[in-house]
Amino acid sequence: MSTQTPDTDETDPQAERMARKEERATEREEASSKPDVGDDAITLKVFRYDPEVADKQEPRFDTFHVPREPGLTVLDALIYARDTYDSSLTFRHSCRQAVCGSDALFINGSQRLGCQTQVADLSNSDVVRVEPLPHREVVKDLVVDMDHFYDQMDAVEPYFSPTEEPDGEQLQSKENHEKIKMSTRCIWCGACMSSCNVAAGDNQYLGPAAINKAYRFYFDEREDDERQEERLQIIEQEHGVWRCQTQFSCTTVCPKDIPLTEHIQELKREAVKSNLKFW
Amino acid sequence: MYEHDVIVVGGGGAGLRAAIGAHEAGADVAIVTKLHPVRSHTGAAEGGINAALREGDDWELHAYDTVKGGDYITDAPAAETLAQDAPDNVVQLENWGMPFSREEDGRMSQRPFGGLSFPRTTYAGAETGHHLLHTLYEQVVKRGITVYDEWYVTRVAVSDEDDPNDRECYGCVAWDIQTGEIAGFRGREGTILATGGDGQVFDHTTNAVANTADGVAMAYRAGVPIEDMEFVQFHPTTLPSTGVLISEGTRGEGGILYNAEGERLMYEYGYATNDGELASRDVVSRGELTEINAGRGVDDEYVHLDMRHLGEERIMDRLENILHLAEDFEGVDGLEKPMPVKPGHHYEMGGVETNENGETCIDGLYAVGEVACVSVHGSNRLGGNALPELLVFGARAGKHAAGEDLGEPEIPVGKTADAEGIEESDVDFPVEPGALAASSAVVSGDTPEEVVETAREAETERIEGLLEKEEGVNHAEVRSKIQKSMTDNVNVFREESAIEDSLETIREAREEYQDVYVADKSRTFNTDLQHTIETRNVIDAAETIAMGALAREEFRGAHWRKEYQERRDDEWLKHTMISWNDGTPELWYRPALLEGENQTYEPKERHY
Repeated sequence: MSTQTPDTDETDPQAERMARKEERATEREEASSKPDVGDDAITLKVFRYDPEVADKQEPRFDTFHVPREPGLTVLDALIYARDTYDSSLTFRHSCRQAVCGSDALFINGSQRLGCQTQVADLSNSDVVRVEPLPHREVVKDLVVDMDHFYDQMDAVEPYFSPTEEPDGEQLQSKENHEKIKMSTRCIWCGACMSSCNVAAGDNQYLGPAAINKAYRFYFDEREDDERQEERLQIIEQEHGVWRCQTQFSCTTVCPKDIPLTEHIQELKREAVKSNLKFW
Repeated sequence: MYEHDVIVVGGGGAGLRAAIGAHEAGADVAIVTKLHPVRSHTGAAEGGINAALREGDDWELHAYDTVKGGDYITDAPAAETLAQDAPDNVVQLENWGMPFSREEDGRMSQRPFGGLSFPRTTYAGAETGHHLLHTLYEQVVKRGITVYDEWYVTRVAVSDEDDPNDRECYGCVAWDIQTGEIAGFRGREGTILATGGDGQVFDHTTNAVANTADGVAMAYRAGVPIEDMEFVQFHPTTLPSTGVLISEGTRGEGGILYNAEGERLMYEYGYATNDGELASRDVVSRGELTEINAGRGVDDEYVHLDMRHLGEERIMDRLENILHLAEDFEGVDGLEKPMPVKPGHHYEMGGVETNENGETCIDGLYAVGEVACVSVHGSNRLGGNALPELLVFGARAGKHAAGEDLGEPEIPVGKTADAEGIEESDVDFPVEPGALAASSAVVSGDTPEEVVETAREAETERIEGLLEKEEGVNHAEVRSKIQKSMTDNVNVFREESAIEDSLETIREAREEYQDVYVADKSRTFNTDLQHTIETRNVIDAAETIAMGALAREEFRGAHWRKEYQERRDDEWLKHTMISWNDGTPELWYRPALLEGENQTYEPKERHY
């Protein structure tokens, strides 16, 4: 027999690929353990994907060890991982205080804002799994394409537009201001849309955020009846309020505690009332 | 190349208002912004909008409070324009549907704020900025204004005449974060910088991570003087662990500050015996830090802000957001316990030198909002004056760029031969500031389009260079070095040796930045690259702050100097100006304008 060296042609490409993958995983594991993170560290498992980078085209999870500190938020942990281990780790974030709505993520299986979620408050605070918002196209790592969300918002004519231009300061009762107050808190984070089963199955469904935006104007007494009717027509369409199956997932995940499901039901009642009027 | 009449850089309050203004004046306007507009940091503003709307108040009182609040280095024409235009702008917002808090009679509510002689802070709960931002964005959508979101503008396209006053701005260069495309944007009538603040210069800040002084750095390198950067506002009530802001509205509604001994510090130790907690921000911040340094801080780190006595009903009505912030970011229930607070970086009073119309000395280049220095805030901004600033000057710049005649401005811009009262500085810096090698951000070209295209090519080369480098320093190391040094040395209390120390550290950071590299080679959503570009802007801004702080040998407003414990009006009623000068910065001074429409604002001792 000649040498036992196998011919390259006989190599199992799958095995080779797995071996390479293993090697990279070990490298990453080593990299992420290098700095001294102390005895008490959390394990952060982060979804990775980049359509352009060879070893990230196939989605994977990377593991990072982050020192546990009082008040540590999931966003803090991500920033630590990025600045300490891997500067290519990509996620949107800006204000760090739950008002810009950039960092809605899928954390340990539910939609939350990274900045508003303390690791210690998670039911499993030892292993934190972070994924991009479900039901959205992933651009890279934790960044999703928000265009569809913005399109749905635009579809409800999301701006104050009374039939006649006001002349000077308009009055608004305290009660009416109170009525729309919760609906005006929306920060456009998209958590609600991502949690909604109906939206997942019907791409044209306006979704909780957009319907809530319509609610905000529909109930604002500074807009007139004529506009109200027009607004009802928009939200009453085939992919509007009637699609909601009252599963309350949007209400559960809303970081601003907006009673989204109730707002949708209230608009359904308004639509019924308005239709009865013409009987 | 993308072409519009007016290009607005930045989609926060100032940028949106500028775009609406330009649109109203008939221009084809586009907003180019590195964040989607609703993500902008205007949304984090809490307290309210100062405007003399009600009987018993008038614009002259507002203007006076503003000049006094700025410790008499505010330019009077700027303060008066702000005060005159603010009421209409607030009513305009109301007419666009902004959900302001309301009185029993249905009118918009106003509340007291620090340093105001009348309760003129018009508010929407403790989330005024959020409502303002969304209301303006709604109007942008309504008007169909083009928005290029997640496009990062990295350079303005400016021609290269020797004298910056002869240069012209023809647009800018932006990089599409999502795809990596680098494109020229031609602004036929004007390019308006509305890029916001510079909070990333410090490590304990109320600012967003996106606030990286982009506009200051771009205008500076193109030749526009940068004004009064040493005047940095440290807000007295930020949460100790994160820097999250607790609105001045909390004190406006009656919240009280206590030291660790349970003493009402503002009165007990004489920091402000008339207005107490509602003194101007610089006064309250120094009061708190003096207590902490004297060993009367809680846990040696912070003081207490107590609002429990206001009662749940009033808190829920007017300050509900504060409860959420204290709970989410400090784990404290503000209804049950006093909230821990300490001073934190909040706002840059200085910025790109402009006049009342937002114009800089470079034709076609404007700046508005926090990035600009009109100067309307002088050495200390009053709470509630940032939002009217971005409305008033945003609208004016938008209209002006679109060709509307707003009258002759009174505030001069640029270091021109005929400018009155200009003085050169003789301050010695411990290290050379500025570029390490000959550096210019201006380009030549026979036509405006050629200037934009040449700028795009130069920027492409810079960005490709960063991506090609295979090893080097990570930007995060450089940035954190700057943040630590600035927070340690150029904070509320400043002294010469510490500021010099910072200038040395900034120089080191600049050298390290030469070796910076981007590990992520992807063209898709490359935030590594974005942050690397931002870090150079942070370095430029930090340096101008430290240079101004070293130069200004007096104590005025937010600028306290250990060696100079008094305001020195005989010598220092002037603005600190820094010109990039193609990489070898020049420091000079321009007199403050205290001559108003109907009165001269004579500097008086500032008591609260």
